[in-house]
Amino acid sequence: MERRAYYRNKLLPWLLIAPQLLLVLVFFYWPTAQALYWAFTLEQPWGGGNAFVGFDNFTAIFSDSRYWGTVLRSAFYAVVATGLSMAMALTLALFVDRGLKGTKLFQSVFVWPYAIAAPAAGVAFRFMFSPQAGLIGTINQVWPGIWDPSTVGWQALLMVIVAHAWLGIGYNFVFFLAALQMIPRSVIEAGAMDGARPFRRMLDLQLPLIAPTTFFLLIMNLISSFTDSFGLIDTLTEGGPNDATVVMVYKIYFDGFKGLDYSGAAAQSIVLMLLVISLTFIQFKWVEKKIHYA
Amino acid sequence: MIERSPLFNAITYLAMLIGLVLVLLPFWVVFIGATLSLPEVARVPLQMWPSDQLFQNISAAWIRADLGPKMINSLVVAVGVTVGKIVIAALSAFSIVFFNYRARMVFFWLIFITLMLPLEVRIVPTYAIAANALSPVQALLDVTGLTGLVQQLGGVQIALNWNLLNSYEGMILPLIATATGTFLYRQFFMTIPDELVEAAKMDGSRPMQFFVDVLVPLSRTNMLALATIMFVSTWNQYLWPLLVTTDREHFGTVVMQLKALVPAQNGTPDWNVTMAGALIIMLPPLLVVAVMQRWFVRGLITKDK
Repeated sequence: MERRAYYRNKLLPWLLIAPQLLLVLVFFYWPTAQALYWAFTLEQPWGGGNAFVGFDNFTAIFSDSRYWGTVLRSAFYAVVATGLSMAMALTLALFVDRGLKGTKLFQSVFVWPYAIAAPAAGVAFRFMFSPQAGLIGTINQVWPGIWDPSTVGWQALLMVIVAHAWLGIGYNFVFFLAALQMIPRSVIEAGAMDGARPFRRMLDLQLPLIAPTTFFLLIMNLISSFTDSFGLIDTLTEGGPNDATVVMVYKIYFDGFKGLDYSGAAAQSIVLMLLVISLTFIQFKWVEKKIHYA
Repeated sequence: MIERSPLFNAITYLAMLIGLVLVLLPFWVVFIGATLSLPEVARVPLQMWPSDQLFQNISAAWIRADLGPKMINSLVVAVGVTVGKIVIAALSAFSIVFFNYRARMVFFWLIFITLMLPLEVRIVPTYAIAANALSPVQALLDVTGLTGLVQQLGGVQIALNWNLLNSYEGMILPLIATATGTFLYRQFFMTIPDELVEAAKMDGSRPMQFFVDVLVPLSRTNMLALATIMFVSTWNQYLWPLLVTTDREHFGTVVMQLKALVPAQNGTPDWNVTMAGALIIMLPPLLVVAVMQRWFVRGLITKDK
């Protein structure tokens, strides 16, 4: 939509946008450029600034099997957490959308996880999953030693993924429900006239019609699983046991701030940036073209 | 509802109930945990009804994690980001939508692209810039040779330095530097009919008058939505405040204190105090979301699409 009525002023629009531009330049573009600079240079051991090293930093991380372990773990984390969270939220939204009596109450509670800080959820889940405490730990009364995420890697990873999926329910639910409520009632009624039962209508009418939203959420969830896991991991496992829960963001933080390897961390940041950018790009390309019914 | 389907209705309620239990369980565990005494919280299996130690546990957590000053810090940062974001976003969207100048599409894209990369992926260099916010200017001076020139002529070494570590500005400014709010306001301003602008101009209102008297009141819903989203997400920030505050005692936020409340590996397993701390720390954003639900849901949806 192009606007026809404009205000005319030489200076004012520049003044109005200046604060935002300044912030974005200083805190977004400059750091991003800085990351690029660090990724292609290496600090000299005896001072004298950074020397250009080409792709050496990238070759170094790509030839490190521990880095690949981190990448694979992050991908697994992202896929499973996204799948769990979206499946749960979609199911709830489909049932809430039926609008039965008393649904409003359920509807408002399902949004709550959105408000919770990842570290708060991390602390809560740590207690719930603690082998000594009395929720999941109860299982150790029956089979002693079967559950201990502080020593068993896959259990620690499972715990983090479940917590992440839970945190995402609120956000996903809001979007799914909004999309479902956008479907014209007449379409659903036509389906019912043709003899489609409610469950059949969910599968063959509502799901295809909300496909654009599903795809949008899929990308958003993948991005947030790749980038937004620090608070959970730091409070739940601190990357342990034995690196079993070290994901890309956590490794960047660790190598950069604990190991003081700025170049290595910057190269990893660039890889993660490219990953996020390509996910966003897929989203832009596809949402418009491929999945379009209504 | 279209047809009578008692069986499917029963399934619906059952599914929603199971969902309710799954969603509420962590909240319930935190609440129950916060009310138990030490021997009760250590018992296996965990009891599922509240006990009477809530206020003792809360005051223990309050003292142990020094929550009073930390609450104030959290509040200052959350309100600072919320207000800053709303003001800056509304002004820049006003500039992009209601003025016709050549650079505006460039500006729009410069701002819009920031939606793509969350702070987490560029955390190390952002930290470096917070340590000296004037380093871009310094680099510019160095590259253009001005530093050397001034040193030769005046004998003074230019070393600009503005350290944002351990300051509210350092915690607030980088969090404002994204496009979320700008985009939300832009989407809304685009829906304002041209006739309204024409009418305002006809009545002789100047740009800023139009902004204050027409746009601000019209976008109140928008503002509430953005305020909710910003308050919640800032209150819940963890990684950025953790990096930018080395002086935890004076500048730490409540969310950063959560880790300090977790019982040590071989210490007393007083999870009841931990849960009490978690309860009060997660309460403010939860209340905001519960109260503002209607507006914030609308804002969330227009923000991202």
